[in-house]
Amino acid sequence: MSLAAVSAISGMPDTLHAEWTKLRTLASTFWLLAGTVVVTVALGVAAVAAASCAPGSCAAAQTGADLAKLSLTGVQAGQAVVAVIGVLAISEEYGTGMIRVTLAATPRRLSVLAAKAALAGGLVLAAGAAGVIASLLAGRLILPGHGFTAANGYPPLSVGYGPDLRAACGSVLYLALVALLALGIATAVRESAVAIGLVLGLLYLWPVIVSVIGNPTWHRHLEQASPMTAGLYVQATVGLRALPLSPWQGLGVTALWATSALLLGAALLHLRDQGSSP
Amino acid sequence: MTAAPAQRPVAPYQPTAGPGKYGFLQLLHAEWTKFRTVRGWPVGMLVAILVMTGIAAFVAAGGAQSSCQAAGGGPTRHGGGCGPNVNLGPGGEPVTDNFYFARQPLDGNGSLTVRVTSLTGLLPPAGQSFAKPTRPGLMPWSKAGIIIKSNLSVGSAYAAMMVTGGNGVRMQWNFTGDTAGLPGAVSAASPRWLRLTRDGDTITGYDSADGAHWVTVGTVRLAGLPSTVQAGLFAASPNLPPRAVNIAGVPQGGEGQWTAAFGAFDHLSRTGGWLSGTWAGGYLGGDDNALQYGIGAVHQAGGRLTVSGTGDLAPSIPGQDTGGGPAPATVTLGLIGTFLGLIAVAVVAALFMTAEYRRGLIRTTLAASPRRGRVVTAKALVAGAVAFVAGLLGAVGAIAVTTSIEHSRGAQLFPTPWPAELRIIVGTAALTAVVAVLTVAVAVMTRRGVAAVTIAIAAIVVPYFLAAVVILPVGVADLLMRVTPAAAFAVQQAVPRYAQVTAYYAPVDGFYPLAPWAGLAVLCGWALAALAGAVYLLRRRDA
Repeated sequence: MSLAAVSAISGMPDTLHAEWTKLRTLASTFWLLAGTVVVTVALGVAAVAAASCAPGSCAAAQTGADLAKLSLTGVQAGQAVVAVIGVLAISEEYGTGMIRVTLAATPRRLSVLAAKAALAGGLVLAAGAAGVIASLLAGRLILPGHGFTAANGYPPLSVGYGPDLRAACGSVLYLALVALLALGIATAVRESAVAIGLVLGLLYLWPVIVSVIGNPTWHRHLEQASPMTAGLYVQATVGLRALPLSPWQGLGVTALWATSALLLGAALLHLRDQGSSP
Repeated sequence: MTAAPAQRPVAPYQPTAGPGKYGFLQLLHAEWTKFRTVRGWPVGMLVAILVMTGIAAFVAAGGAQSSCQAAGGGPTRHGGGCGPNVNLGPGGEPVTDNFYFARQPLDGNGSLTVRVTSLTGLLPPAGQSFAKPTRPGLMPWSKAGIIIKSNLSVGSAYAAMMVTGGNGVRMQWNFTGDTAGLPGAVSAASPRWLRLTRDGDTITGYDSADGAHWVTVGTVRLAGLPSTVQAGLFAASPNLPPRAVNIAGVPQGGEGQWTAAFGAFDHLSRTGGWLSGTWAGGYLGGDDNALQYGIGAVHQAGGRLTVSGTGDLAPSIPGQDTGGGPAPATVTLGLIGTFLGLIAVAVVAALFMTAEYRRGLIRTTLAASPRRGRVVTAKALVAGAVAFVAGLLGAVGAIAVTTSIEHSRGAQLFPTPWPAELRIIVGTAALTAVVAVLTVAVAVMTRRGVAAVTIAIAAIVVPYFLAAVVILPVGVADLLMRVTPAAAFAVQQAVPRYAQVTAYYAPVDGFYPLAPWAGLAVLCGWALAALAGAVYLLRRRDA
């Protein structure tokens, strides 16, 4: 390889292109993206199919049901697959030692991380959009048959309706942020098994533990700080006043977590000697 | 001379050579050596112990549900404050003993017979918490009938015959005893006759549809029954379940929704040593707030008596107020950190196996011990044994921390009998061990740490999360906690669920659909299936 060819990789478009080549030639990338869509839609369909209300007490004021949030339940399982995508985006390189080649070819390490973040985030945005749209469609088709009709005070799910659009876009963004959070943590800890344990623990266990905290003040603050609970406030379309944060503020909490994780990962990537494996 | 060694016949290498050289114990020892010499792995197990204990401290300090349940406002049954009350029944279990009792003292032997002509009730207005019950309706376990009680202290021994809202005639005694009598609802057209007789410390309950043909429902011995007992009529109606079944994924209802029951009686007759002629009425624990609502009275007009009341005579349900004030949570709440501990254990177990593949060590391992099935077994055993110890220490730490923090702030935990507590500790250790085995097996199959950890978490943590936190419809949640590996959390259930108490028996309050060891057996089934798959794949595959 000539020196000219090597130096050609120093620009950001080339870094992106190199990372894209690595990512798209991995069979797991496709399967994980497909898995994100399938898991999200499957749980969403199961949730709306299982939803029911007693005849005569189906009015929206009585059930307080949030159909958009209900239809998007699958995001809570789909995010696990997204987390795997985020972790593998970097830790594959550590696992195989490829990282040394990558960093030799692209000595500007932060460009590598930025390219990985852009690609993982972009792919998850696409897969997430597919999963979210299909989930909402399933809700729109199934829920009226279970008593959640316009006559009972439930507007049909539609992206033309502001709150539903916010729930849909917010959920897609939430999934992308989970991928970035996972990428950041995996860059920081390098060992893929530890990284996925940390990410899934952070996402799922926080709400599990908060669910048994009885002190109302603690409970509220812990929910506000939870990357998952707060982030999914963006799915709420009814009862917004009762939420500890507004929907977009909630998503902002997840964004804050993702940014912090990426910054930590970037700092360690920049400072650390990558010659040794973890 | 120099050529001699070459001439010596060389024994062919035999994988099945005697157990002396490559015995299973040596294999175990080799795997144990691998485990303890990679610094991160014992550290990971230590982390599992620390997080289990640490989360317990956090949950207890964060005002777990046990401490201040009634803090949300609204009327409490006994003048407020935020100390959940624990009253113990004759069997030592926490009980709800709060009902309207119209009684007279009975000295020595005697009997009480009555005809019940109606049982009606009131429920709280739809969608309102802490409201006076005004909507006609009965709870399945609204009850009215006759009772013989040892004395007027809360939790004392009793035996009662009663009609119920949805469970026919019952004989109940000492809070946990429950036997069915005549089925069907009571009405003026289809009345129920009830009789209790006392002979020493033996009480016999009879029922009849016509007052002529009597059937024995049950005979119970109330140990230590004094000569003079309190006997008479009673009415009680338990609270609506504190967190009613969700509709469309939304939790419904609030805490402490009172209901009321009204029983109408006539044809009252007595034999034996009755000491007075007038009925004295009142709530056993002095439920003043119920009296403010006008619930709790006895009226006599001619030969007819009506008795109204709220509350219940039944076992308490942890974390809930079924009619006698909020009950504290059990020690199971402090074990919520088990999830975090399990993630740490799963990560270590996955790495313990996948490191072999990563470094190519698997080739050396399999060359040294060509019987691949035994290699997987040895690895699983070592991981499982270490995880068992970690789970044991973590559970003991979590329970000790929870207990001491709750006691230090004067709060009470829902008492758990020591055999159950022992089962919870050993069961948690076994749960941790089997999860480690399952993860090792999955790691053999996937050969990748990230896949193994994700699958382990998806199998153990996500079902519980979906069932308990997302609040799926009850049928789906129940199914998840029956068939997924998460069923094993049933070993942490502290108290049984009672058929005669309607409550929200949810995982978050420590209730699971399967019996403790049956739940663990489900996880063991998954682990064995995974091990079989691992051995099969490892034998077939080129390592």
